[in-house]
Amino acid sequence: MGLKRKDLLTMEQLSREEIDLILHTAKEMRNVLKRDIKKVPTLRGKTVVTLFYEPSTRTRTSFELAGKYMSADMVNISATTSSVVKGETLKDTGQTLQMMGTDIIIIRHGMAGAPQLLAQSVKAKVINGGDGFHEHPTQALLDMLSMREKLGEDFTGLKVAIIGDVLHSRVARSNVHGLKKMGAEVWVCAPPTLMPPGMEELGAKVTYDIEEALRGAQAVMMLRVQLERQKAGLFPTLREYSQYFGLNSNRLKLADPGALVLHPGPINRGIEISADVADGLQSMINEQVTCGVAVRMALLYLMLGQKGE
Amino acid sequence: MEYILKGALVIDPKAGLEKQLDIHIKNGHIKALQENIDEKDIKIYDLQGKIAAPGFIDMHVHLREPGGEANETILTGCQAAVAGGFTAVAAMPNTKPCTDNEAVVELIKARAQKAGLAVVYPIGTITKKQQGEEISEIGSMFKTGIVAISDDGKPVINSDVMRHALEYAKLFDIPVISHCEDPYLTAGGDMHEGYWSTFLGMKGIPAQAEEIMVARDIHLAALTGGRLHLAHVSTKGSIELLRFARAQGIKVTAEATPHHMLLTDEEVKDYDTSTKVNPPLRSQEHVEAVQQAVKEGIVQCIASDHAPWCREEKEQEYTKAPNGISGLETAVAVSWDTLVVNGGLSPMGFIARFTTGPAEALNLQRGFLAVGDEANLTVIDPDLKKQVDVDKFYSKGKNSPYKGRFFQGWPVMTIVRGKVVMQDGRIKGE
Repeated sequence: MGLKRKDLLTMEQLSREEIDLILHTAKEMRNVLKRDIKKVPTLRGKTVVTLFYEPSTRTRTSFELAGKYMSADMVNISATTSSVVKGETLKDTGQTLQMMGTDIIIIRHGMAGAPQLLAQSVKAKVINGGDGFHEHPTQALLDMLSMREKLGEDFTGLKVAIIGDVLHSRVARSNVHGLKKMGAEVWVCAPPTLMPPGMEELGAKVTYDIEEALRGAQAVMMLRVQLERQKAGLFPTLREYSQYFGLNSNRLKLADPGALVLHPGPINRGIEISADVADGLQSMINEQVTCGVAVRMALLYLMLGQKGE
Repeated sequence: MEYILKGALVIDPKAGLEKQLDIHIKNGHIKALQENIDEKDIKIYDLQGKIAAPGFIDMHVHLREPGGEANETILTGCQAAVAGGFTAVAAMPNTKPCTDNEAVVELIKARAQKAGLAVVYPIGTITKKQQGEEISEIGSMFKTGIVAISDDGKPVINSDVMRHALEYAKLFDIPVISHCEDPYLTAGGDMHEGYWSTFLGMKGIPAQAEEIMVARDIHLAALTGGRLHLAHVSTKGSIELLRFARAQGIKVTAEATPHHMLLTDEEVKDYDTSTKVNPPLRSQEHVEAVQQAVKEGIVQCIASDHAPWCREEKEQEYTKAPNGISGLETAVAVSWDTLVVNGGLSPMGFIARFTTGPAEALNLQRGFLAVGDEANLTVIDPDLKKQVDVDKFYSKGKNSPYKGRFFQGWPVMTIVRGKVVMQDGRIKGE
């Protein structure tokens, strides 16, 4: 059984059953990754293109390795070294890639909705690798896979706290959609300047108080804070941000004993997360990276590896 | 050239007239306006069941010429105007070069005359090069034919410059049309700030970005006694400020667009760039407030803010795509359907928003019917239901959020200077 959809653009569009299917498949892929010889022939003859308009190490490499472990032909395009700098439109770039025989395009773009535009413009399948402040569905899926390893498959009643720059976070939006669908209680916590309107309507509980967010949580997701937000006047200094919204070992004690700590990376040590927590026993940060490859293998398999497609 | 329009319900808000009458037009003028005109051997247009009104005026359009001819020309814009039932339009000055001097004003007038369709009233800029610093040669442009000044597309950020513009324009008794936007609050924004901007992950534009400038300009109008006209009001707060201004007796008129009366920010949810417009589509409470204000006449003009863009411009990422809706060819039907069919506004009130409203705002001697005057008329079929087909637009801009939707109440005839230039949606003699 594969995914019965052309594209994977958002968590919001995925059903609980689809999420379950992806995570079950990813769990099997996680086992493949533990083998000495990781390569399987599943996607031989398939072509996967990563089209990245924003810098990225982790997501792009993760997709690339996922494809390679399954024997797909991988091509990486970054906007800064492509025709994009010559002014080519996204639609034209997409059609060019399609005419070269691309089966699936993974797009990362700084503008929300760009994957939708690409998906409408090409017959090839499209996976959203992060668009603006909109969604980053594969990140949410890998976060859930990491959580499942420790917390089990049923998220009903789990308290998950998402803390940091929610306003500019596609990770937060995708996780709110995904975790709500899987039954978790999702809290978002940010300074008022970094909290967008309408998060309650999306199904999250909102607080400006990190202690309230942490209290009794089984999983804590920290978001990266960027220095440019300080320049935009959204908080005074990273130092003050860290005092109010940084996670350290003292604060972590408010959460459930053994609560998981997640971060989409790259982390700012000592700012949104202290080094001892990032490297501590409760940290899932390294596990998340591995789960990222597994989830992306699962998606490529479910979208490309099915017979008759 | 002589003909009779027979059997229409004639509605003229200025005269308070609403009666089934015949209209006899000869040599470009209205020869007679009375019941049952029976003349032999004259062409007759049977308008039973239709409504005949003074020629509609769209006081806010972007014709793009000079400089933006890929998106629209004065000719295609005028074709779109008469196809949409408009006999006159006021053209915004954000052309390239911008309309901040008499030469560009002359060019626009000459090309409009050559097109020979709708009458085009140029609007000049408030400030030189629309930079918001020094006021333009308003007097020279006024002599050449501008009917208003505006830096539309941009606000005049400096309150002192805006004050002087309102004062100086008193010399000519023309309005200053204000595009109300606090640019610091709107910077980087793609859509209305609220649930949908969060859902879609785009930077929001709060309603207050408009309201802050509306409040400022109303107070400057009070200070100066100048004529202020507010372009495209889109928020509940702006409407409340207008009510305040009315109560204080401050001279201010305002327009609303059909899209701000009908469409909410939820329309953006598929990232369809034809929904990207400035001010942005707002949430339901704002849409309701704007619609209500138009019905009550607190907002006395409906204007399309016709902003045509060629396909390449709009076929981009939402954030990259330019703002604007190609509105001339749908404004009347969308408004009739929204306000009259579904909103309970009288046909008389509706027609006033397209005739006496803009005529008074721009201080124009038109928008009414009088025997002996030039014949400018708009005929509406209040029962006609039709689907919006952007491929049939005369405008080069196919950027319409209404594509594929049905509306009731379409213009079916446009008469400019006695000439039937449009019938059943198609331009005559094309």
